[in-house]
Amino acid sequence: MSRLIRMDETGHTTLAEWRAEDPAAVEVAVAAFRRELDQGHFAVVSTGPGAAEQVTELPLDADLVILRRPIAGG
Amino acid sequence: MSAALPERADVHWRPLADERSVVRDGWLWTATTAAHTLPFIGAAGALMALEPLAFPVAAMSVAHAWVIPELYARRGANVVKPAPGDGGAEAEPERVALGLLGDLLGHDARELLARTGLALEPGSLGVWLLGQAGALLVRPGGRRVHCYCVRVPEPGLPAGDRVAHLLLALRADEHGFATVANRAFAGATWRVRRRLGPRQRPALAVAVAASRAR
Repeated sequence: MSRLIRMDETGHTTLAEWRAEDPAAVEVAVAAFRRELDQGHFAVVSTGPGAAEQVTELPLDADLVILRRPIAGG
Repeated sequence: MSAALPERADVHWRPLADERSVVRDGWLWTATTAAHTLPFIGAAGALMALEPLAFPVAAMSVAHAWVIPELYARRGANVVKPAPGDGGAEAEPERVALGLLGDLLGHDARELLARTGLALEPGSLGVWLLGQAGALLVRPGGRRVHCYCVRVPEPGLPAGDRVAHLLLALRADEHGFATVANRAFAGATWRVRRRLGPRQRPALAVAVAASRAR
């Protein structure tokens, strides 16, 4: 089961769960993904130890997609 | 190849940080510090040459020269200082956030995070230590540290999530991360170590050892 989570004031919130072979769940996950990106979140998936990739389309085969807010110099 | 960090667009005038620019900026920082301190040492020497009875004034001048880099180092160490009013791991959101952050880190880094509050992440520019609102970059060899102010400008996030934000951005684009972050200090590791809190010092020691082993 793949998960789309958003880091927020609760720690994190699970926005969608899907299996690639379940089109209805995928549709819900893609809609949630797009909505969060439209609201200014960035999506990241881990690609191995110490590596991550910024994504702009929901990777259906990823186990975990994490939504983060932008960072800035202090 | 990972995509560039989108936040780079907010600092589009900055050239992308790389090995050469980090070395150059480190030496520029040292040169600037020397320019601030050497005049005081020179003045102390001149005073003593002209009038040995002016020793107290000369000593104050030398002390001033000593204090300037110490203040810079303090500013650098403060970037990884825990935020005041940090809710601690007992709050539910913090527990959830630390759980996610722990999942992102390896076993040793997770243990170090629990002990020190800092997440260790090896990179191509050196070994990083990530706090809630800043990062230390221990350069290869472990003798120099660059301190960066970088944070998530979002109120209400648990501390663990703040570190996780920085970790994911760093992993996605290390050079972009170093470009977006604002340098607060660059200099000798021992200067920063003295200014870190006792809880955080072991993290710097581990990062220095890791940077020497690379």
